[in-house]
Amino acid sequence: MNEMVKMVVALTVLSAVSGGVLAGLHRSTASRIEAQQLMFVKGPAIKAILAGADNDPISDRFKLSDAGTETNFFVGKRNGKADSIAFESFGKGFGGDIGLMVGVNLASGRVIGAAVTTHSETPGFGARAKDDPAFSAQFKGISMMDKQIKVNKDGGQMNALSGATITSRGVCAAVTKAMSTFQKLAPQIKEQIKRFNK
Amino acid sequence: MPKTLVQEFTKGLWEEIPPFRLVLGLCPTLGVTTSMENGLGMGLATTFVLVFSNILISMLRNIIPSKVRIACFIIVIATFVTVVELLMQAYTYALFLRLGVFIPLIVVNCILLGRAEAFACKNTMAYSIADGLGIGIGYTLALGALGAIREVLGKGSLTVWGDMSYGVASVFPSFHPFGFLVQAPGAFICLGLMLCILNAIGKK
Repeated sequence: MNEMVKMVVALTVLSAVSGGVLAGLHRSTASRIEAQQLMFVKGPAIKAILAGADNDPISDRFKLSDAGTETNFFVGKRNGKADSIAFESFGKGFGGDIGLMVGVNLASGRVIGAAVTTHSETPGFGARAKDDPAFSAQFKGISMMDKQIKVNKDGGQMNALSGATITSRGVCAAVTKAMSTFQKLAPQIKEQIKRFNK
Repeated sequence: MPKTLVQEFTKGLWEEIPPFRLVLGLCPTLGVTTSMENGLGMGLATTFVLVFSNILISMLRNIIPSKVRIACFIIVIATFVTVVELLMQAYTYALFLRLGVFIPLIVVNCILLGRAEAFACKNTMAYSIADGLGIGIGYTLALGALGAIREVLGKGSLTVWGDMSYGVASVFPSFHPFGFLVQAPGAFICLGLMLCILNAIGKK
């Protein structure tokens, strides 16, 4: 009995201390990790989508929250005028959440580019969503005022990656979610954009 | 005969160099040694976890009940691995991306549990630090050497630090890289040949 108590106490104390230390470290490194991710993972995607912008979209960003989730919006400027934004939304893929960076032209409300940022899809199959430029190019020109977007198998217009229907659905779900976020936050986005038009 | 601190340290560098003598920790040895930089980075991350888990386990060796010692070791090791993962994400993100899933997999590296069970839980802190450092540095050197061989012969260049890269073709113009060596089967063959050479040298 005594030994039993000792074992339980030892394991509990050790786990609690470990949890505490990790929580503290997580909190103190969170902002640095976010900055690093912006630079290494999202940076290239943002720059590709907002190609032609003459500012640094990564430093010209603002945060808005919708239903508890915070989203970073990156502003692309041309000739000093903010004309496009890029933001990330998520959809459920085969191996977990797929992050998709969507760029929107503010005047027309249409998608100017999309690129997968983070994913855990199968290499050679679902991972092509990130590597195959023809797949993400399909999303160009879609209006953000639409309700949803689907793959051709489900009666939509997007060609799914062969052998990776679930991944393709996940990317479409991410676009659909981006649409609803964009529509919901449109007034706030307009408000924020004014700050960048100087 | 009890060993001295120095002996405990140097045994990890040659007599018990992990992938070649103990033949432990082979998963990252095969997985990440596509370049010297990756190998050294992985080795240093493992060394960090090894030294700190050895320190903590040798400190707690009289407190931990023996029936749950393995569970306690795993908690300690997993904690330090997560610490390394967070620190690498915060400071060396590019390396973190290349090593990917192998960083969290340090938890199940046999070297760590092996040193905890075979050494740290029976020895004082100073000896455990010497043991952890020795084994860790030995592992780092082994991974670095394997990575360097595969990178030089497979890619035909050697990246020393950041963008500093040297091409083999500039020294031997007729050299043609043997791409097979950077792929997974090349890792097995390369490791096998190194094991063979080291066994031949070290045979008593």
